[in-house]
Amino acid sequence: MSTYSDLDATALAAATASGERTARSNVEDCLRVIDARDGELHAFLSTEREAAFALADDLDRGARAGVPPGPLHGVPVALKSNMCLEGFEANCASLILKGWRAPYTATFVQRLIDAGAIPIGMTNMDEFAMGSSSENSAFGPTRNPWDKKRTSGGSSAGSAVSVAAGMTPIALGSDTGGSVRQPAALCGIHGFKPTYGRVSRYGLIAFGSSLDQVSPFARSLRDIELVMQVISGFDANDSTCLDEPALLPEHGDVKGLRIGVPKEWFPDALQRDVRARCEEALAKLRELGAVTVPVSLPHTQYAIPTYYVVATAEASSNLARYDGVRYGMRRDGDGSLQSMFAHTREAGFGAEVKRRILLGTYVLSSGYYDAWYMRALKVRTLLRRDFEEAFEHCDVVAGPTSPEPAFEIGAKADDPLAMYLSDTMTVPVSLSGLPAVSVPCGLVDVAGTKLPIGLQIAGPHRANARVLRVARAFEQATDFARARAPLFGGAMFGRGGSK
Amino acid sequence: MRRIAALARLDIGVDEAQVLGRQFASILVQFQVLAGLDVEGVEPMTGASGAVNVLREDVPVPSLPAEALLSRAPAREGDFYRVPLVVGGEGKDVGQSGGRAR
Repeated sequence: MSTYSDLDATALAAATASGERTARSNVEDCLRVIDARDGELHAFLSTEREAAFALADDLDRGARAGVPPGPLHGVPVALKSNMCLEGFEANCASLILKGWRAPYTATFVQRLIDAGAIPIGMTNMDEFAMGSSSENSAFGPTRNPWDKKRTSGGSSAGSAVSVAAGMTPIALGSDTGGSVRQPAALCGIHGFKPTYGRVSRYGLIAFGSSLDQVSPFARSLRDIELVMQVISGFDANDSTCLDEPALLPEHGDVKGLRIGVPKEWFPDALQRDVRARCEEALAKLRELGAVTVPVSLPHTQYAIPTYYVVATAEASSNLARYDGVRYGMRRDGDGSLQSMFAHTREAGFGAEVKRRILLGTYVLSSGYYDAWYMRALKVRTLLRRDFEEAFEHCDVVAGPTSPEPAFEIGAKADDPLAMYLSDTMTVPVSLSGLPAVSVPCGLVDVAGTKLPIGLQIAGPHRANARVLRVARAFEQATDFARARAPLFGGAMFGRGGSK
Repeated sequence: MRRIAALARLDIGVDEAQVLGRQFASILVQFQVLAGLDVEGVEPMTGASGAVNVLREDVPVPSLPAEALLSRAPAREGDFYRVPLVVGGEGKDVGQSGGRAR
C-alpha cells in the first residue's frame, strides 16, 4: 500500500472509495505529517481536527451504507485563511480579524465538501493576500520545504507548502496578481489560476475584486483538473461568475499547437538558470510537436505600476469595512467614532496593508483620480490588447512564472518595490483576466541548494482547458513534477528526513 | 501623508508617516512611467469577466441569521452594534444607541 503523502488526490480518493483506506486514516496521516513538519514550515494558522474527524467518520459511515463516493472522497484539503467555512477562523493572517470565525461557507468550499473533501485547516498567507513571500503575515512567515531559510513565495504560502510538503494532496489559494502561480513555482508544484469569473468568489474575502480568483494547488495536473471540475461553474451569489457549467478537461496532444514566447518575459536581466530551465521546457514542448513562435507584449513594462494602482485602489475600498464595528478587533480612541475607526485600523493592519490602503486612497482621491486610477484602467486595456494581438499568432504563451527561484526570508523585507517586481510575469495575465498555470520545469542549484523553477503557460480568455492540456502534455513527458522537497512527508513514512 | 491617512481612517504616527512617505515617494517615482504613455481614446477596462448587468429573479431569499453576525461584533447591545456616539453631544457621552464601548 502506498503511503499517504505519495498519493495524489485522484489516487487517494480511489483508494478510499475502494475501501483500501478510510477517510479517518487519511485525516490521521494528514495530521501526522502536519505535526511532523509544520513546526519548522508554518504552513497552517489553525487545524480543525474535531471537525475533520467528524466529516471523515460521516464519509466512512456513508461508504459502509452504500452512499456513492464523491470525486474527492476522503481527501484532506487545506484552505487559505481568506476563505469562509462556517466555524473556521478566516483571519486573513491579520490581527484585525484574529479570532473571527466565518458565519457562512463559501460556494467553492461547499462544493469541495459535497465532493467528499475534508477541510483540515486554514493556511498562512501574506496579510489580506498582499505580498509575494508570506513575510507580511501577522503570524510569521511560511518556510520553503526545499530550504527553510527561503520563502515559499506568496501570498498563498501555506496552501502551497501544504501540498509541496505532502501534508495535503490539494489546497486552495487565491490569485490576484500571481499569489498562486508564484508560490507554486517556488515550491515545485502545480498552481492554476482560471479565467477570471470561472470560480465563484462568494465566501472569498475580497482584496482586488476585479482580479481575485480562487485557484488550486496540486502535485499532479489531473488533480488540478479534478478540483476545477468540482469548484467551477455558475453561482448566483457572485455577479461576476461566468454563466458556464463546470470545467471539463480537454484531452489530446500538442502537435501543431503554437506556443508564443513573449520576448518581454525573457529580459536580458533574467537569471541564467531560470532562462535555461524555461528554454529547455520550450524545447521539450517542440519535441512533443508544438511550434514556438516569438511574440511581443509591448506594454509589459507598464504592468507592475498599473497593477499596483488598480489593486490598491480596489483594496482601499474593500478594506474600508474593517472599522471595529461589525467584526474583529476594536480599539477605542478619544471616544469619538472617527477616532475609534482610525485607532482600530492603525492597530489591526500591518505595514504593507497600510501602505497599499494609503496608495489606493491616494490614487482615488480628488485631483489624482484621473491621473492615476483612470489612466491605469486605460493602460489595463492596452495590456489586454497586447495579449489579444499575440493570440492572433499563437494558441498559448509561455515563459518563466517568476524571474527568480525562492529568495531568502528577509532579503526584500525593507524594499517594497523589489518585492513588487517578483510579480512581473504573472501580473499582466491577471490584469487581462486570462487563465494560466505554473508547472514545475526543473531545478536550479543556488549555492549547493536545489530549488525548483516554474513555467507559466497562459491562454486566451476562457481557454482554461487548453492551458491545462498543454501543461499536462509537458507533465507526462517529464519527471519534474515528481521531484520532492527535502522536507517532504512525515519522517515516520521513511521519506525525506530533517535537514 | 497625514492627509491621505486621515482619508483612509488610519491613525499613523509622525515617525511612521515619515517612513511611509519615503517609501511612497520611491514607488510613485517608478510609477511615473504611466504618465508618459499615450492613452488618448483608449477605453478604460473596468472589469475582467465581460459579464454585464447580471440579474436574477426579484424574489426574496433567506439571508444569514442576524444572531450569527451580531455575535461576532466587538460590541453589541440587543440587536444593535454598539458604537461611539455618531450625532449630537460632545462625542464622549453615552448616546441612545448605546454610545461608546465600555
